Amino acid sequence: MQRVGVFVCWCGSNIAGTVDVAAVAEALKNEPGVVFSTDYQYMCSQAGQDIIKNAIAEHNLTGIVVCSCSPRMHEATFRKTAAAAGLNPYMVEIANIREQCSWVHKDMLTGTEKAIILGKAAVAKVNLNTPLTPGESPVTKRALVIGGGIAGIQTALDIADAGFPVDIVEKQPTIGGKMAQLDKTFPTLDCAACILTPKMVDVAQNEKIRIFSYSEVEEVGGFVGNFDVKIKKKARFVKEDICTGCGACVEKCPMKKNPNEFNLGMDNRPAIYIPFAQAVPKVATIDPNACNMLKNGKCGLCARICAAGAIDYTQKDEIIEEKYGAIVVATGFNPISMEKFDEFAYNQSKDVITSLEFERLTNAAGPSAGKLIRPSDGKHPHTIVFVQCVGSRCDACAEKGKEYCSKICCMYTAKHAMLTRDKYPDTEVYVFYIDVRTPGKNFDEFYRRAVEEFGVKYIKGMVGKVTPEGDKLKVQASDLLSNKQLHIDADLVVLAAAIEPDKSARPLATMLTASMDTNDFFTEAHPKLRPVESPTAGVFLSGACQGPKDIPETVSQAGAAASKVIGLLAKDKLTGNPCIASSNELMCNGCSSCERVCPYGAITYVDKEFRMPDRTTKIRRVASVNPAVCQGCGACTVACPSGAMDLKGFANSQIIAEVDAICK
Amino acid sequence: MQKITKDQLVEKTVALLSDGTVSAVLGWSRGEFDYDITPAVFKTAEDLKENFVWNDFCGANFSKYLVAQTGKVEGKILVFLKPCDTYSFNQLLTEHRFDREKVYAVGIPCEGMADIAKVKEIVGDGIVSIEADGENLKVSTLYEDAPALVNAKDVMAERCVNCKSKKHVAYDELMGDDGEVIESNRFDEVARLEAMTPDERFAFWQNELSRCIRCNACRDACPACTCEKCVFDNPASSVENKAPANSFEEKMFHIIRAFHVAGRCTDCGECSRVCPQNIPLHLLNRKFIKDINEFYGEYQAGAEVGSRAPLVDYTTEDLEPGEVFDRGDKDA
Repeated sequence: MQRVGVFVCWCGSNIAGTVDVAAVAEALKNEPGVVFSTDYQYMCSQAGQDIIKNAIAEHNLTGIVVCSCSPRMHEATFRKTAAAAGLNPYMVEIANIREQCSWVHKDMLTGTEKAIILGKAAVAKVNLNTPLTPGESPVTKRALVIGGGIAGIQTALDIADAGFPVDIVEKQPTIGGKMAQLDKTFPTLDCAACILTPKMVDVAQNEKIRIFSYSEVEEVGGFVGNFDVKIKKKARFVKEDICTGCGACVEKCPMKKNPNEFNLGMDNRPAIYIPFAQAVPKVATIDPNACNMLKNGKCGLCARICAAGAIDYTQKDEIIEEKYGAIVVATGFNPISMEKFDEFAYNQSKDVITSLEFERLTNAAGPSAGKLIRPSDGKHPHTIVFVQCVGSRCDACAEKGKEYCSKICCMYTAKHAMLTRDKYPDTEVYVFYIDVRTPGKNFDEFYRRAVEEFGVKYIKGMVGKVTPEGDKLKVQASDLLSNKQLHIDADLVVLAAAIEPDKSARPLATMLTASMDTNDFFTEAHPKLRPVESPTAGVFLSGACQGPKDIPETVSQAGAAASKVIGLLAKDKLTGNPCIASSNELMCNGCSSCERVCPYGAITYVDKEFRMPDRTTKIRRVASVNPAVCQGCGACTVACPSGAMDLKGFANSQIIAEVDAICK
Repeated sequence: MQKITKDQLVEKTVALLSDGTVSAVLGWSRGEFDYDITPAVFKTAEDLKENFVWNDFCGANFSKYLVAQTGKVEGKILVFLKPCDTYSFNQLLTEHRFDREKVYAVGIPCEGMADIAKVKEIVGDGIVSIEADGENLKVSTLYEDAPALVNAKDVMAERCVNCKSKKHVAYDELMGDDGEVIESNRFDEVARLEAMTPDERFAFWQNELSRCIRCNACRDACPACTCEKCVFDNPASSVENKAPANSFEEKMFHIIRAFHVAGRCTDCGECSRVCPQNIPLHLLNRKFIKDINEFYGEYQAGAEVGSRAPLVDYTTEDLEPGEVFDRGDKDA
């Protein structure tokens, strides 16, 4: 029989306001096994914890029940308290009488009644608790960062800075991501390349960092501290270690007419290409769909011209296998496709462009060498209409857009509008908006400057239709504040397209068993308290893969993710959660039901020899749980038909005891 | 009336026994009465010729017996499987419950089995013998001089009237012709129960289950109930010998059992066949099958080896519980 102590917390007035805590302590005194019961104002305070410690010593308690807030809040606290008093930390049960009781009840009578019932359930459970000891597993001191944009770059640099080796896997031929495509960055207007490319060079020169560019993660196995990852290095038909990036091949390549991805298809690139001048690694890549040599076996010009002899038409995809202790997801975002937004005539006119295309158009390294022109005729646009929230905050158009706010569009549109007015004061610039959202350091000041100093015409209302007519774009819009219909003859229309997670995120989440929300953004372990950790142990989140973010926010999150990774890799051994499943082999049928429902792949089967009652032996297939992989979710215990599978700390018998106590 | 004859089965079996293909045979033998057929293991030709039985009462599904018998026999054991039995056979293989290599499965056609309760409804008690006679069964009783002729179709078991498949989904050798999967009306009765109000439905089950004597025959015959240790025999399971809070709580046995076999039940109907109290237990299982079909798409347990039943499968494409709830709500 256990000797149970009950400690009822007031949580100031949080609990005591709606629950008669003294009555709860009194009622629980009479429960089986309870030898001590008391209440106190703040059980989690030093004084409160001392009450627990003293009671454990004084009354020889073998188990304690703390009636307080959610176990998510203070279970760890009270486990430490118990451990400090010499009690196994898993002999602690929490009855949540705050979130699940006092906060949801207004009436003292019902609140108290429910608190007593919850307390009884916890006492019933602790009576069946057994001391548990967590297992240990070693940590591979190497991190993997998936995605080489600013988020991935910053995370990798910070981890490497702490002395741990890091690999970056980037699917494009170069790292840099979306930031490399931007012109200026808000709110300070420094040029993106000026602040990004030095970081890219740092990555390339850092001895602790390896870059797998033009590569993708193929398979992820293992668990926190011990991930086994297969990386597919796609054939780029150029030997990376030999190519000097001189660009001679790019000059000479005859297959010149291929849409240039880096400039969003607004100009062309050759079949062999280096995405941009500051690319890292600065190595050429052959596009196998464009190269005449690879398609038809004719040409071979680049191989002849290459002084270094780096061209290799026979190169094959390569699989690299590596072990990692931690994985950071930094897969970033893309603007959504404008295909379905017929009303804005994106498909009908070259002069309707997205904001990212506008960035390239104003970038000195872009298709027009930084000169703002109409893509259709190369003329200078005199009237520009910016449309915000295209596909963002869509309630009605959810099938083609997104319900969420893309967050960055208000600021970059203000930037575009301001820069246009600054450089070309003869242009008229209109911005159509639903709301202007600029809550960031120096953000609102920035927006107001666009309006007040630069005379950008902000109009509250949405554009209903854009119709190309002659060389003009007829823009039909409503001005909600003056309740008028507007007709504007524009030369250029810029759409602030909503952003969405990169398409590679969903299959990656499946490989990592990391959870996602309905929009395919990775979910964090806790939205406030664990914002850079995925609920899957050892998987961390950096940048826009977790939600729309601007650069300052991305960089701070990247640093935060890095610090979590460093914290993990700094450990020599990881203590596991002892509340994991185990199979009673005598009862196990080996039927595979548990294996099939296990989301973590923690269950395998072994053939074991059993001595039967008649002294014969029988070989039976039985389930075996890998304690390092099991997360203790309990799916297997409900799938098991014979009840052979059980969860330590949450045994079927304990759950039933709780239910019985509640229903008594 | 079965198309295949006892002589054909015995001839085939004796041949396989004597050439060493198999070393034992799982077949039927006579019990106390002609209609009281029990499973038996035969090891010699003499035993077979003398005691092997094949008639309209050979309903027993042998697949479950393989779990125990394959461990007891050197070499292979021959098993006769009617079409519906083959689904249980596959399901047990899916669950790794016996070694396929130890079995020689002979698929035999089935024209539907008779239900002795239905025969008794017509001819009354005191049956001393039943013989097949063309389309009819010739039933002699203690009380009548002349045997009564009963059309086999009129006394066919419910599970056979609503037969779901004449197709064998597993066998090493097939005797006779293979049939097809049948569009049966087996869910009609479930739909009738669903249309009841909760109170009516509770009254229906209370009435049916009140006859239960907890003989455990349903569990012992069920091919899905092959646990090494049944939860109802396990003192640690908290459902074994639990003091019932009211007169009906003990009948939760059947509901717990239905949950345990949900998604694994092939709807072979053995539970209702062996019930000495004629409780339509298979309706509980069919309700689960109907629900699974409607919530997750058509699924037939045992249709193939290794299939992943919706209830015990995890994929990242799984529906959220709320969506399943909405779907169920719509159909309710």
